[in-house]
Amino acid sequence: MHDINVVDLSRLQFALTALYHYLFVPLTLGMSFMLAAMETVYVTTGKEIYKRITQFWSKLFLINFALGVATGLTMEFEFGTNWSFYSSFVGDIFGAPLAIEGLMAFFMESTFVGLMAFGWDRLKRGQHLAVTYLVALGSNLSALWILIANSFMQMPHGASFNPTTMRMELSSFTELIFSPDAQAKFVHTSIAGYVTAAIFVAGVSAWYLLKQRHVDLARRSFRMAVLFGVLATAGVITLGDALGFIGGQAQPTKLAAMEGLWKTQPAPMPFNLIAFPSQRDQTNRGEIQVPYVLSLLVTHSLTGTVPSIEQLEQEAIARIHNGIPAVAALQRLAADPHNAGALAQFNAHEKDLGYGFLVQRYAPDVTQATDAQIATAARDSIPQVAPIFWSFRVMVALGLFMLAYFVLAVIYTMRNRVERKRWFLKLAVVMIPVPFLANEAGWVVAELGRQPWTVYGMLPTWMSASTHSVGYMIFSLIGFVSLYTIFIIVEMYLMVRTIRQGPDSHPDANSSDKQWQAGRLAGTEA
Amino acid sequence: MELYAALQFVWWLLLGVLLIGLAVMVGMDMGVGTILRYVGRTDTERRVALNIIGPHWDGNQVWFILGGGAVFAAFPLIYATAFSGFYVVMLLLLWSMIVRPLGFEYRSKLPSARWRNVWDWSLFVSGLVPMVVFGAAFGNLFQGVPFHFSWNLTSTYTGSFLALLNPFAILCGLLSASLSIFMGAATVMNGATGVMYDRARQLARIAALVAIALFAIGGLWVHGMTGFVLSAGPGAGVAQTPLQQTVVPAAGAWFANFQTYPVLWIVPALAVAGMLLGWLAAGARRSHLAWWLGAIAWLGVIGTAGVALFPFLLPSSSVPAQSLTVWNASSSKLTLTWMVGFAVFFVPLILWYTSWAFYVMRGKVSAADVEADEHAY
Repeated sequence: MHDINVVDLSRLQFALTALYHYLFVPLTLGMSFMLAAMETVYVTTGKEIYKRITQFWSKLFLINFALGVATGLTMEFEFGTNWSFYSSFVGDIFGAPLAIEGLMAFFMESTFVGLMAFGWDRLKRGQHLAVTYLVALGSNLSALWILIANSFMQMPHGASFNPTTMRMELSSFTELIFSPDAQAKFVHTSIAGYVTAAIFVAGVSAWYLLKQRHVDLARRSFRMAVLFGVLATAGVITLGDALGFIGGQAQPTKLAAMEGLWKTQPAPMPFNLIAFPSQRDQTNRGEIQVPYVLSLLVTHSLTGTVPSIEQLEQEAIARIHNGIPAVAALQRLAADPHNAGALAQFNAHEKDLGYGFLVQRYAPDVTQATDAQIATAARDSIPQVAPIFWSFRVMVALGLFMLAYFVLAVIYTMRNRVERKRWFLKLAVVMIPVPFLANEAGWVVAELGRQPWTVYGMLPTWMSASTHSVGYMIFSLIGFVSLYTIFIIVEMYLMVRTIRQGPDSHPDANSSDKQWQAGRLAGTEA
Repeated sequence: MELYAALQFVWWLLLGVLLIGLAVMVGMDMGVGTILRYVGRTDTERRVALNIIGPHWDGNQVWFILGGGAVFAAFPLIYATAFSGFYVVMLLLLWSMIVRPLGFEYRSKLPSARWRNVWDWSLFVSGLVPMVVFGAAFGNLFQGVPFHFSWNLTSTYTGSFLALLNPFAILCGLLSASLSIFMGAATVMNGATGVMYDRARQLARIAALVAIALFAIGGLWVHGMTGFVLSAGPGAGVAQTPLQQTVVPAAGAWFANFQTYPVLWIVPALAVAGMLLGWLAAGARRSHLAWWLGAIAWLGVIGTAGVALFPFLLPSSSVPAQSLTVWNASSSKLTLTWMVGFAVFFVPLILWYTSWAFYVMRGKVSAADVEADEHAY
């Protein structure tokens, strides 16, 4: 049987390595398209400055990309090394999008990124532009397939449990890939990457403008970033709403945790703007509520209600009672796959199999489970409310803040005032970490909110881990923490150094800036 | 043959294709990493070596990622059991591999000689360690791995970390490393001139001879080894778990397939021919030919292991009856069908654009180019 410490340590390791990987991915998603946009301007207008712009930002892109690739390897390994029961239980479904990601997307991205970096003199302009677009397309398709895989964990569509093979198997490939959660999440997540890149490019450009260095490049990059960013931020917020709408129906426990909704209330329900949820007392302290808003937000109506934690726990108890015979039947089927009675019993209770597993943590022989054990297991079915509640608010607040920032940036840029607003340029520099924080908060909402399941309603997290010793887990955790700490220091150092060096390491550094400014004075842009 | 059984067999073949792709493509980059400090004595020489594979290592590495993804999708029980069973070895493999992208991308970003030296060593480690581990994993397949399943197919590994590094496994690891050094050396010959070319040529010839010797010793060793025979079970194309079969250990069992189908001797013959002709081709300064012969040698070596073990994929030494085979470890019919569809479409496409990428970047890498190009490693 699994050692719970091993499960917790596996979770900690996965969370750390995934959050770390997720520092680099969004920037790759967005920067790749921004590079394609910059290069498009170069190819269509033929202005050399845009080639310099593209090449400069691609240096930063590649420094970031290397760590994205490196830490992505970890994610692939971890399913097998640390979550082996999960891998064999749902590999039939979950493995497919990962393999297709490799075939369709990652090969494209990685093959062409080499040509993008090394092919400037070997390819014709149009060819190089096509290569840059293929990198962007590849990285975004990669995100699509990963999120299809992730969405299966959130909303297990297109699969069913096969008692003959003792695992979940694919029943409909199209249902798997067209899962509504996957579609909404892909757009929300990839656009969040565009916002990240826009804020990064705008921030670095603003720093140059403050220092009056590489002004030509910075001014043009800033404009492009702002345009890219304002559209993307509006998109993220709209799609975030759609995702909440779809996800809320699929995962009521996550939704209840996001809202800190302990007790059942009549419609129209108020929204907890601020609250301090207490898991132990099953209540919130210091609530500040806005009337009507929760019903409106989640159900898009004033009469809709959202199930509370209290209500969901009661439902979980009923489902555990129904799931117990399913697990018991499965154990009989393992001993004798041809036992018709056991198969009939399994089929009758199949839909609550996962809830049977939930109580198996406390009662290895599920048929002996006591009411107290069932109540504990039902309480387990509710995730940690406070971190989810707050991560969600942090994400939304930062999203709205970024929207306000971009709207202001557009106004200033259109009026050509941005360089006179030094406070705004300083703000733009300070904004650089903000989208990264919002991305990480979003990950916490999505993944911590899915607990206690690895596959929502089907496979509890406590069962999913490999059967390792605690010593192994500590060994690997120390290894990851030390390596990753070194990596991030090196990466940040190289990023900052490359930014400080700027686009030109050649002696004629600022010549094109001067030309550009002279051109502006004469009323004609270079 | 029933469709499901055919799909299982096709996926066994495709797994072979992916492993060979991995060994050839990632293996050559890792080989370059392993010999980097030998073929390149000065910083510029090392930069030339790195820039020969610079445009391609990232794309090549996807063979590894795809290999993992394909095992996950087509043989999930193998993925789950092998990755968790080989835990410490897998982490060493992973940690050495995640250093590679940084080694390439970050090494030449700072002028400091110490900085570059550190990355050169890390490229050496991340070139050598994964290839040794990769080969050692194959070595363990022949001997069986101590794992078993509980009723719900939770797998438990009962061996120690050091048990995976037994003499036969180390032999296989060295074979894998020497083939990778051969490929790396042929790649450096393709892209370099002068002294670097000569050093690489010398290494290629030594590596080929070492590989032939190790392959021959390995063959004799396996001949005397106790293998496994699947004596009863649901068989091919039937939904099943590894809890429903009978497996008996038998001396020389890993040669049974060759005895039943003598035509299969072609596969190990390809391995020997590839290495031997590769040795001659490197000697005759035909570096492209040597590279292709190295790829054929890999085909022969991995093919030999696959044919010998078939239908076993991961035999259990502690509970042989629970050994994983092509029939009991594969995914469902529907998953295998969809995956074949994607593979049939995308694998040729990948081969096509990979060849194009190599065509675009063909030719020798000169020291002057490396120093002039801002994007060079």
